[in-house]
Amino acid sequence: MSVVDGKAPQAAGVPERSGARTIVDTVFRARELSIVAALAVLIGVTAAANSNFLSGQGVTDILLNTSILALLAVGQSVVVITRNIDLSVGSVVGLVAFVTGDFLASGGSMPLGILIGVAIGAACGVVNGLLVSFLRVPALVVTLGTLYVVQGLDHYIAHGRQINAVDLPPAMLALGNEGVLGVPYLPLIAVVIMLAVGYYLRSYPSGREFYAIGSSPEAARLAGVPVRRRILAAYLLSGALAGLGGVLWLARFGTVIADSAQGWELTVVSAVVVGGVAITGGVGSVYGAVLGALLLTTIGSALVVLRVNPFWQQAVTGALLLLAISVDRVLALRVARLLRKRNVRHGS
Amino acid sequence: MSETGASRPIIALKDVTKSFGAVSALRGVSLELYAGEAHALAGENGAGKSTLVKTLAGVHRPDSGTVLLHGEPVVFHGPADAQAAGVAVIYQEPTLFPDLSVAENIFMGRQPRAGLGRIDRRAMRAETAALFQRLGVGLAPDQPARGLSIADQQLVEIAKALSRDARVLIMDEPTAALSGNEVDRLFGVVEALRAQGCAVLFISHRLDEIFRLCQRVTTLRDGAWIASEPVEGLTHDDLIRRMVGRELDALYPKQDTTPGEVALKVERLTREGVFTDVSFEVRRGEIAALAGLVGAGRSEVARAIFGIDRFDAGKVTVNGRELPPGSPTAAMGAGLALVPEDRRQQGLVMDMSIERNIGLTGLAALRRGPVISRAAERDRARDWALKLRLKFARLNDGVGVLSGGNQQKVVLAKWLAIGPSVLIVDEPTRGIDVGTKAEVHRLLSELAGQGMAVLMISSDLPEVLGMADRVLVMHEGRITAEIPRERATEESVMAAATGRAAA
Repeated sequence: MSVVDGKAPQAAGVPERSGARTIVDTVFRARELSIVAALAVLIGVTAAANSNFLSGQGVTDILLNTSILALLAVGQSVVVITRNIDLSVGSVVGLVAFVTGDFLASGGSMPLGILIGVAIGAACGVVNGLLVSFLRVPALVVTLGTLYVVQGLDHYIAHGRQINAVDLPPAMLALGNEGVLGVPYLPLIAVVIMLAVGYYLRSYPSGREFYAIGSSPEAARLAGVPVRRRILAAYLLSGALAGLGGVLWLARFGTVIADSAQGWELTVVSAVVVGGVAITGGVGSVYGAVLGALLLTTIGSALVVLRVNPFWQQAVTGALLLLAISVDRVLALRVARLLRKRNVRHGS
Repeated sequence: MSETGASRPIIALKDVTKSFGAVSALRGVSLELYAGEAHALAGENGAGKSTLVKTLAGVHRPDSGTVLLHGEPVVFHGPADAQAAGVAVIYQEPTLFPDLSVAENIFMGRQPRAGLGRIDRRAMRAETAALFQRLGVGLAPDQPARGLSIADQQLVEIAKALSRDARVLIMDEPTAALSGNEVDRLFGVVEALRAQGCAVLFISHRLDEIFRLCQRVTTLRDGAWIASEPVEGLTHDDLIRRMVGRELDALYPKQDTTPGEVALKVERLTREGVFTDVSFEVRRGEIAALAGLVGAGRSEVARAIFGIDRFDAGKVTVNGRELPPGSPTAAMGAGLALVPEDRRQQGLVMDMSIERNIGLTGLAALRRGPVISRAAERDRARDWALKLRLKFARLNDGVGVLSGGNQQKVVLAKWLAIGPSVLIVDEPTRGIDVGTKAEVHRLLSELAGQGMAVLMISSDLPEVLGMADRVLVMHEGRITAEIPRERATEESVMAAATGRAAA
């Protein structure tokens, strides 16, 4: 009987090395590991069916395709961890890609162009953040609104035009398609940003406060956490990364029309949730989110290689999302039960 | 007013007024907290104690009047300001982050730093372990806060407040969920802090604790200041009179009844790792108390009986009908009602109005054709609000604006409205003021008198002894004793609850 087992460490009077924490850790690490495992299976099966899948070009394509999604997923996970959501990122990517392209095509300097792109993204983020944190409008509604506003703005500016790759400075296109030592720049940028944000969230007091807010907003307020400032910061980051994503989108594709990343916000949210960031906030990591982005992109490529009807790609993404959420729920119940069995002995 | 300790209070409120909409929570209240003094704040629920605490904590800003810190007026713009001024608060309802570890919960917002401003996790863990050692708590720093019992959550809150090295420690009902041992340890720590020159503000509905811990007491009634006086020389009755403004009828108005046939029968109920082999009966017209220490598995038994949790073995019979496991709907259909322990989380939908909350258990009965009749819902709510003497402004106010005692009445109304034959109440008077407590007791007694079978889970020993016809005592998931009213004493119940006697 486990009730009896539990008496030994309790009686010792010294806090035992918590088994409970280890369980929780394992569960969440298990999430990241299970994505890696799913990736391995997917790649294995696809490569067996078509050896081209693992050719240098095939891998490079997957990495390039993942990078922008991963970047957006990093920003999105910070927002989701605070129990909010940012649906405007797809529109922001489109707007920034077009405006930056317009600026560079008319002879603007590249560093300034990148800066403008990121600044536009950050500005959109600030608008979202102010509306959500200070006016206390639900994030879903606010960012749905800004999604359409930014989209409209993009169409207004574009006015049916398109940016052509030939008009862009070659250095810009190089940024999107070349690399160092065979590794393209895009995934490098995504990885660096992921590591930086991941480290910040884990190791800095202000980083932990994002989790605190998502876990219990009221408790965070009582603990003196500057809730509104942090939420604003989360949106600022998400917006700025969407801006950077827009610049990289331009660099990667060269030719862009208005609202070129339409619908991406949902892919980003899917990647984040598949990657183990709880949509209810407080749980998850940017590493998981990036792995989620990698998994979704790889599935897309694999289905193409396996000549599956593209229709199935969305269905698979959807199924994966449902699976991820179901697994989360089952795990949460398991953990809760384990914790309960432990804690029933504490009240002495 | 007498002055003890230092000549100037560390923190004080002067003529503070605070209203929420039409409800005035505080009206011209003054309070002075001195270094080295434990000051009790007494008053019924809804008297304004929690508002006063939140004003000191920087959560609320007074509409008029001032907060004085070392005699100087200050304005706290938020909880962070008050914390910076050395005010630490243990709130009535634990405010933890379920997804974070216990150590992170304690140090959120002011984690120990390593190089480059990073969190020093090792120091954080070590300090947490030290705090738990000091409180004699067997929790691990790395354990997540999710799943902690209310008592453990409360202990984490206490550790959090202690870790702040506060000049002013405010405790809003810290002991409500704690067992005797834990209360003793807490008081030991508080005494030590007081000796170091900390000012303590203590709120408890257990008057004994006020007399044991505090030197001075301030009483509030309906948001107004009644008295500030030394505890010495006061009696329980004096204090109660100041709090309620009238003489109380007996706090435990138990009517004598003759038990009828068995209404609830529980046989060999077992849930792995939670409780084992629990068997008992409750008869019509009888109040059976389920006593025991926090964590003995009492609430879990209640949850299993009602079908919220599944059980692994055993049988529950209500009025001769066996209940299917894991179905609250079936339990309700059989005439069972459960008033849960945590009214904010489990008893009420906090965002909904009083009438909607009361209507929730009887939506089928409130239906007129395919739609819910607002009028029927309102009638039902008004009916019960009057019967239970609920204090409210309007029935369509959110339950969140009610005081704890009145919220509990709403939960009771919600369940009594289905006309149950067996009522299970889990800690019915936890965090409720003396006045409402007596009302709840009278109500339970009347219900039993009308032939209802009442199973009352309670950690409040006087309540158990005062109200129960029969006391069932649980210890570590088993029923260790069944004591009839005549033989139930503080000693016999505690002995069984701590597993010292196999009665």
